[in-house]
Amino acid sequence: MDFLNALIAFLNFVFVPGLAYGAQLALGALGITLIYGILRFSNFAHGDTMAFGTMVTIYTTWGLQAAGITLGVLPTALLGLPVGIAATAFLTLATDRIIYKFYRKNKALPTVLVMVSMGVMFVLNGIVRLFIGVEEQNFADGERFLISTGDFKAMTGLAEGLAIKSTQAITVIVAVLVVTWLFWFLQKTRTGKSMRAFSDNEELALLSSINPDRVVQMTWIIAAALATIAGVLYGLDKSFKPFTYFQLLLPIFAAAIVGGLGNPLGAIAGGFIIAFSEVTVTYAWTKVLTYVLPESMAPKNLIQLISTDYKLAVSFVILILVLLFMPTGLFKGKSV
Amino acid sequence: MRKLLLITTTSALFAGAATAEDVKLGVLMGFTGPIESLVPNMSASAKIAIEEVNQSGLFLNGSTLIAVEADSTCIDSAAATSAAERLITTDNVAGIIGADCSGVTSAVLQNVARPNGVVMISPSATSPSLTTAKDDGLFFRTAPSDTREGEVMADSVFEKGFKSVALTYTNNDYGKGLSEAFATAYTAKGGIITIHAAHEDGKADYSAEVGALAAAGGDILVVVGYLGQGGQGIIQGSLDSGAFDKFVLPDGMVGDALPAAIGPALNGSFGQIAGSDSTGAATFEAKAKEHGFDGTSAYSPGTYDAAALFALAMQAAKSTKSADYAGKILNIANAPGEKIYAGELAKGLQLILDGQDIDFEGTTAIELIGPGDSAGRYREIEVKNGKIETVGFR
Repeated sequence: MDFLNALIAFLNFVFVPGLAYGAQLALGALGITLIYGILRFSNFAHGDTMAFGTMVTIYTTWGLQAAGITLGVLPTALLGLPVGIAATAFLTLATDRIIYKFYRKNKALPTVLVMVSMGVMFVLNGIVRLFIGVEEQNFADGERFLISTGDFKAMTGLAEGLAIKSTQAITVIVAVLVVTWLFWFLQKTRTGKSMRAFSDNEELALLSSINPDRVVQMTWIIAAALATIAGVLYGLDKSFKPFTYFQLLLPIFAAAIVGGLGNPLGAIAGGFIIAFSEVTVTYAWTKVLTYVLPESMAPKNLIQLISTDYKLAVSFVILILVLLFMPTGLFKGKSV
Repeated sequence: MRKLLLITTTSALFAGAATAEDVKLGVLMGFTGPIESLVPNMSASAKIAIEEVNQSGLFLNGSTLIAVEADSTCIDSAAATSAAERLITTDNVAGIIGADCSGVTSAVLQNVARPNGVVMISPSATSPSLTTAKDDGLFFRTAPSDTREGEVMADSVFEKGFKSVALTYTNNDYGKGLSEAFATAYTAKGGIITIHAAHEDGKADYSAEVGALAAAGGDILVVVGYLGQGGQGIIQGSLDSGAFDKFVLPDGMVGDALPAAIGPALNGSFGQIAGSDSTGAATFEAKAKEHGFDGTSAYSPGTYDAAALFALAMQAAKSTKSADYAGKILNIANAPGEKIYAGELAKGLQLILDGQDIDFEGTTAIELIGPGDSAGRYREIEVKNGKIETVGFR
């Protein structure tokens, strides 16, 4: 019984939130990695692309709610998602046409493109704030919990409760679906194959009559879809605030780099590594140990490896270690 | 009617044109950054005071006050310093309302205000370290120091019967200062603090912090943070995971946005915010409503007072030079003299003109102690039925 309680406390405070957060980071990192692999630059505007997609989805959700259309127990935002993706795809295609294309034609260095993407980031930052404002927006509706701590305790009679929010469940399910689709698309379809060929060797791909414009367009559309989905899932699970989305850029990049920039599998692994390392290394084990150890050995003080102050440092230490010993990331991406 | 008023005020302006001038006041606040949702209301409050002064036509022979806004970013000291630099050298402001957050405020004070000899009145910097900071008599604030709030908060938590608390604070001067002040006062009373953990604002995820707080346990969670920032993330996370069900909310967490975002689960949580039951507060709230914003929004009343203090002190010194009017600020804000509440700035300016002493009460019943700190009165709040309600003053 005590062991079960310890396990539940661990699941409730470490595993479940870590899993959902990891899935959100993984989706974001996939978008970064895709653009890095095919367009060959680090897209700093990705966080704000997420914010833009989420904003459009929020507007659509509000519209649907006003019209009385909801998804019942599921959040209405899932219905608004396609609109958000379409608008974001339009936005990324337009920025590519107006801005990135010029630099690609002139064979600009990746560093230059990074700076350009930073400019795009600031512009998007402004656009999002102009429309929806700086304040926090909540747009989650439907059933809040799949299972709440109270219900869980009543059901099992355990002292510890386990809460699974429906948004956490949706996050993980949607992430699995999207990732499966993406891998199928990249491995099995003609367009996916041409994208991978373009990523591996641009000249060779051009020689085999692959249309570069089409590859670039597909990449932007997929990146926009990934960004919007990641942003909406994150917003549903926590809340939407432009400033936070801007800050999300950091862990997402860390995830993509740890996994290996340009490698989709790495991006997913990286997302979970960053999420779990943030949660586990700084977890205070007092409660779990009190359950597991005999009473005489139960901890009286706080048992914590390092304080949560160092949460961010943990992911950066991992990042530095990976870059030192495996410069191309855990899953052999391109070297940074 | 309005046109007529406009014509009369313009003609009044022209009449006094011989000595009347435009007096610029800097409004240095975080229009972007972690408190960007509070600042628009604060800035609007300063403008209400300025408008009141200008409409009276009594200010320094009919001079006009003009607000010049600049972005302090709340967190980036370098950006705030250069913004303040610009206010003083390019815009030639006579004084600075601000800065807002404690960290940037002390940076601006040391790097810009003191070297240039310009007065700063901050409506929201509450760090205890600013009490003892070297300021050459140039720094004042309408927000009380956190030391005082820490004591008030410890009293109320203890009196409500919570003998052990978990404590989390936002990792900046404000959070550290207030949480330490609270911890000192609370442990002195015999309370136990199970964990004293920092959190960063604007982060993507707070599961780690919630996990640590939950593991440490405690009767109630004290959240020294900002609403709409990490503080809210932690409250939401704690409720979702069943870690805590009641919270203590100090000033940075008090705002209608919080119960609106969290919902009924927040009922029963309590806290306090600088505020008073003075008659000025009601007048100000009505004025704010006319201008389309909420006058109880955090630090807004204090910002009105800061702007008004500038005008009244300049009037008393008959000068817009910091060196001349800095010494008058304490006299204006404190007894003796006729009490001047919000909305009565014209009366105040007239009394000063007549050579009489005034005691500016403003919206927050302001009383400056020591080297320019506000004595501080606190409004105790409790969340009831999804609304923040005032339950008393302390």
